[in-house]
Amino acid sequence: MIPANFNYHKVSSVNEAIALSQKLGEEAKYMSGGHSLLPMMKLRFATPEHIIDISKIEGLSYIKEEGDLLKIGAMTTQTEMEHNALLKEKYPILGDAIWLTADPSVRNVGTIGGNIAHGDAANDQPALMLAMRATVVAEGTDGTKSIPIDEFFHGFYMTALEPSDVLIEIQIPKAKKSSGGAYVKIERKVGDYATAGVAVHIELDDSGVCQQIGIGLTNVSAVPMRLERGEEILRGQKVTDDLIAQVGQVASEDCEPESDLRGSEAYKRSIVNTITKRMLNKALERARQ
Amino acid sequence: MFKCKTSPEVGGMGHSVKRKEDARFLHGKGNYVDDVKLPGQLTMVLVRSPYAYAKIKGINKEKALAIPGVLAVITGYDLKEFNLHWMPTLLSDTQMVLPTDTVMHQSQEVCAVIATDRYIAVDGAEAVEVDYEPMKALVDPWKALDADAPLLRPDKEGQKDNQIYHWERGEREKTDAAIAAADVVVKERIYLPRIHVASIETCGCVASYDKDTQKMLVYMTSQAPHAIRTILALVAGHVGLSEEKIRIIAQDIGGGFGGKVPVYPGYVIAIAASFLIGKPVKWIEDRSENLVNGFARDYHMDCELAATKDGKIQAFKVSTLADHGYTDSSANPSKYPTGMFSICTGSYDYEHAFAELDAVYTNKAPGGVAYRCSFRVTEAVHAIERMVDKLAAKIGKDPAQLRFENFIKKEQFPYESPLGWSYDSGDYKQTLEKAMDMIGYDDYKKEQAEKRAQGKLMGIGICTFTEVVGAGPSKDFDILGIAMFDSAEIRVHPTGKALARFGTKTQGQGHETTYAQILAEELGIPYTDIQIEDGDTDTAPYGLGTYGSRSTPTAAAAAAMAARKLRAKGKKIAAHLLEVSEDDIDWEVGKYFVKGAPEKCKTIQEVAFAAYTNFPAGMEPGFEATHYYDPPNMTFPNGAYICVVEVEEETGAIDVKRFVAIDDCGNIINPMIVEGQVHGGLTQGIAPAMYEGIVYDDEGNVLNGTLMDYLVPTAVESPHWETGHTITPSPHHPLGAKGVAESPTVGAPPAIANAIIDALSPLGIEHLDIPITPAKVWEAIQVAKAKA
Amino acid sequence: MGKHNITLTINGESVSAEVESRLLLVHFIRENLDLTGTHIGCDTSNCGACTIMLDGKSIKSCTYLAVRADGAEITTIEGVAEPGTNSHLQKAFHDQHGLHCGFCTPGMIIRSMDLLKTNPNPTEEEIRWGISGNLCRCTGYNNIVKSVQQAATEMAKEKEASV
Ligand SMILES: Cc1cc2nc3c(=O)[nH]c(=O)nc-3n(C[C@H](O)[C@H](O)[C@H](O)COP(=O)(O)OP(=O)(O)OC[C@H]3O[C@@H](n4cnc5c(N)ncnc54)[C@H](O)[C@@H]3O)c2cc1C
Ligand code: FES
Ligand code: FES
Repeated sequence: MIPANFNYHKVSSVNEAIALSQKLGEEAKYMSGGHSLLPMMKLRFATPEHIIDISKIEGLSYIKEEGDLLKIGAMTTQTEMEHNALLKEKYPILGDAIWLTADPSVRNVGTIGGNIAHGDAANDQPALMLAMRATVVAEGTDGTKSIPIDEFFHGFYMTALEPSDVLIEIQIPKAKKSSGGAYVKIERKVGDYATAGVAVHIELDDSGVCQQIGIGLTNVSAVPMRLERGEEILRGQKVTDDLIAQVGQVASEDCEPESDLRGSEAYKRSIVNTITKRMLNKALERARQ
Repeated sequence: MFKCKTSPEVGGMGHSVKRKEDARFLHGKGNYVDDVKLPGQLTMVLVRSPYAYAKIKGINKEKALAIPGVLAVITGYDLKEFNLHWMPTLLSDTQMVLPTDTVMHQSQEVCAVIATDRYIAVDGAEAVEVDYEPMKALVDPWKALDADAPLLRPDKEGQKDNQIYHWERGEREKTDAAIAAADVVVKERIYLPRIHVASIETCGCVASYDKDTQKMLVYMTSQAPHAIRTILALVAGHVGLSEEKIRIIAQDIGGGFGGKVPVYPGYVIAIAASFLIGKPVKWIEDRSENLVNGFARDYHMDCELAATKDGKIQAFKVSTLADHGYTDSSANPSKYPTGMFSICTGSYDYEHAFAELDAVYTNKAPGGVAYRCSFRVTEAVHAIERMVDKLAAKIGKDPAQLRFENFIKKEQFPYESPLGWSYDSGDYKQTLEKAMDMIGYDDYKKEQAEKRAQGKLMGIGICTFTEVVGAGPSKDFDILGIAMFDSAEIRVHPTGKALARFGTKTQGQGHETTYAQILAEELGIPYTDIQIEDGDTDTAPYGLGTYGSRSTPTAAAAAAMAARKLRAKGKKIAAHLLEVSEDDIDWEVGKYFVKGAPEKCKTIQEVAFAAYTNFPAGMEPGFEATHYYDPPNMTFPNGAYICVVEVEEETGAIDVKRFVAIDDCGNIINPMIVEGQVHGGLTQGIAPAMYEGIVYDDEGNVLNGTLMDYLVPTAVESPHWETGHTITPSPHHPLGAKGVAESPTVGAPPAIANAIIDALSPLGIEHLDIPITPAKVWEAIQVAKAKA
Repeated sequence: MGKHNITLTINGESVSAEVESRLLLVHFIRENLDLTGTHIGCDTSNCGACTIMLDGKSIKSCTYLAVRADGAEITTIEGVAEPGTNSHLQKAFHDQHGLHCGFCTPGMIIRSMDLLKTNPNPTEEEIRWGISGNLCRCTGYNNIVKSVQQAATEMAKEKEASV
């Protein structure tokens, strides 16, 4: 399978990328890892006239804590995240997800920025970002903007990014003392996109009351979705098995899966219930450590 | 146990010598078909139909031809000029090479674009405009014989409906009567869906016609190059491509498993294109073309098994509906349209059996190809092994015990099966006992009882199968009339090294090593000194190729027989050299010696040298032999597989905890290679059992035609296999060997299915068709709970 | 459409070429450089037959534009060991019968090189997950796992001996 013809352009700075994208117009697409975009081009589902390669822009690959934030450069590969000591120690939810994402060779190239910018509810990172209340930082023709994750995903492959916007950084509130997160997805085989996935991030106060909670779902809706009703149930409450069961139930009700090769709608709703509960328990366990 | 006769250095039978072929593969020097690059080579890409059933109202080539580098667009009409637009299948059906007016399945070849380069050819294919008039496709085989079904093959004279053939074996009345009179009868409709071998290398060829010499050279991923050449000569003889002008070279093959036996239209089109243009034309399938245009299985089997109340099996009946797609392109021996399906009576001793089958046309891709088992043994074994477990569940008997009570006993061999096979040898009891010991059957039974008491779902599944391989004896087996013997040709050089050539074709089975080991065993020449060649029709002796686990039963036997001819000649030479009479010469591996005076001896190497330098007067010089081996019977490898699973009720998740496979394939040439073949076959057993299946929608579109959705297991899905063997030599094979590589693919799916269904049995679930996925299990559990 | 001059190092040799924008790295390697040890087994980046080492990491060369490899250092199976010698992995695949048809083998070996670099002492489970982007249809994986284990052991021994 071979992509249709296009013109390749390499840029070495964000500004250059934006200017070139402006010049080339709608038919230009950024490529970072290319591991979502190029497969679509090979199948000719995507036929951009221009590819602007942003992967060679220096300085966009980093993982650091600064102030109240964990900052991950958009061009950080999933492999770099997988082996990062800080993430392993304080943000194990990212490791949970990356271990279940594609395969090691794909992760060597695919970037966190691309995974989110692709706007695909089947990708794993969007659910995590929703759960962790990330902020997407992008640069465009009118400067830098910070987009709260809740406003980021607009539709099937559609995001808040303007065509010329370059996603440069992901910001995640720094892990608090009694916080924990966990992610799992059910997949038909290793490397598959999720049949369903659930990301949970929870913060407890000293008395074990849930202060902050985020739940994101993978591939059970056209647009990556947050389980707001489920979060409501837990916020401000001491988490009990009963409440967890309620959240699982709500998750199975609120998700919007479709029957397909991965299973029936009913099956997906049911496993969303199960794994929501499991991830709540796992996140709690981590928060309590 | 088998005792090695040779030293490890000589490396005869029974030695796990390392493979001779590895070096080139380990260094990227394999020669696969896509690696072929001939001067001036063009590329062909096929335009394929998006519809399952449609009239072609027109094909507009213009836009494609306008692309620089696109040289030709070939349609059915272009081939029709040469009467090459249709070709015969191996089972006297016909298949379109390229259509002139109608497409019969989604992804059928519509026309071919020839260009100077792969990228341009793809652009060209995108630019061809085809005007289709879609028609309502016949997708459900159960509707194929309805009165209002469209007649799919009006082109076939006398074809009044969509039935291809009816076949039956055994005694219908007696079987029906036995079933009617039995204490217990279990029934089930068992479906084995379409699957695809998906060898990691797809199919392809490079056809190169020289207009001056009028010779056609074709590099091809073929498991049966000689058969392909003969077929081509039959198809294209009328345009001047007669058999001696065609040379097929099958170099290294990136996995075959039966998918590289058929003649695909792409081959014929590439050959025709090269013939017309006079330049080499390469055609390599992409993965979707590969997955969607061929298949194995697709049998719907209605089974009935009858027994006494304490479980003595009395009769088995199976009525099958076979969906062949729009043409019957099964690669089966001509007298066996359903392959060896009549092995379906299994490893058990009972009197009455009847099997019948109706094959029908639908708007799907043709196939009946293979999936590491070409001859319907997988279907047959699945049917009987599922039914035996169902019987055990019904009467509440341990499935192992039920099997022990029904096995054909060791003393009963050769055993005449109710459907006409003469099983050569086996010790089913010993094999199952070994598997039970190895896995710790009794302990698992206890654990299962405990788990069940806690409401957990744990299952143990057994399969004790009998295979039938090694087609086959010429009195019964032929393909297009050509008897299914196979051949070996040995040439020992003056210095005692050798070259041997075969009519089979290795695809990873390690023939370059194992055939050399057989010759080492028979001649005492170290296996490292023997070079093995196959796959080139200009040099290799005629043979029908490698599939159906037939290489060991046929070609390996031919190797032994040819070597024995050499040994007989060598004896005369040795007698001449040692100046004694031939009767006074004895043989021990690698040397001839004078009876009673072992110090007076000549090595095989000395004898070989003498064959060229100092042979007895009147003897034909040289040291070469050829043998065409016509097997007296099939071989009947068998095995006992046990699988332990746990199923999670909430999600349907299936965890394969253990899998033990004990195989009996007779004497073993190379234990390392046999074990490797078993591992590979087991993974191709769990694949259809739990992951793979080609899915069609109501319009006849394949929904999972990529490796994203056609779920070939990775190293994570594939369990850590545990293997072992028992050895019951084949009494009629010169080496006592049987075929092995398909056994695990045949035996694993029922073991896994039986285990999962056993796990679910407390919920009242009695059967699930493969692939048994978590989603399917979950659905079944909901239904069972709703019922309860 | 667009053409680009690229220069890269492949198996220790520097090569320069003019490539089309859309040329896939796997085709550049196989067809322009005639290094046919790198294979193609799918259209959807699932099989790993095309795996090569690019700047020290295993990648699927069917999902990478040749033009992006400008300046890169690439190792293909042909460059894994000096001619006439075997790397630890090559030797181990031979010893443990980790290959049948050989089609997946180059990709498996390259992928395993990367795996052992990041995890020199992997468990069986880690090996299985580590090669999960590489499909093998022949071996059933048991012996591939054993091959990687043998190579890991031998590499560790060698490392120990050298300190
Ligand atoms: C075989 C296979 C299996 C996979 N399985 C999974 C899986 O299970 N789960 C999963 O989450 N992912 C999976 N992926 C996708 C993989 O993780 C991708 O690499 C990742 O989603 C996208 O990252 P990328 O850098 O490759 O993005 P690209 O392909 O380069 O880009 C994707 C999209 O985002 C845009 N984009 C990229 N970067 C930026 C940026 N900085 N600013 C603005 N726009 C940008 C591009 O224009 C494009 O539209 C799989 C991929 C493959 C090939
Ligand atoms: S060819 Fe299959 S992953 Fe690259
Ligand atoms: S050895 Fe054949 S695909 Fe792996």
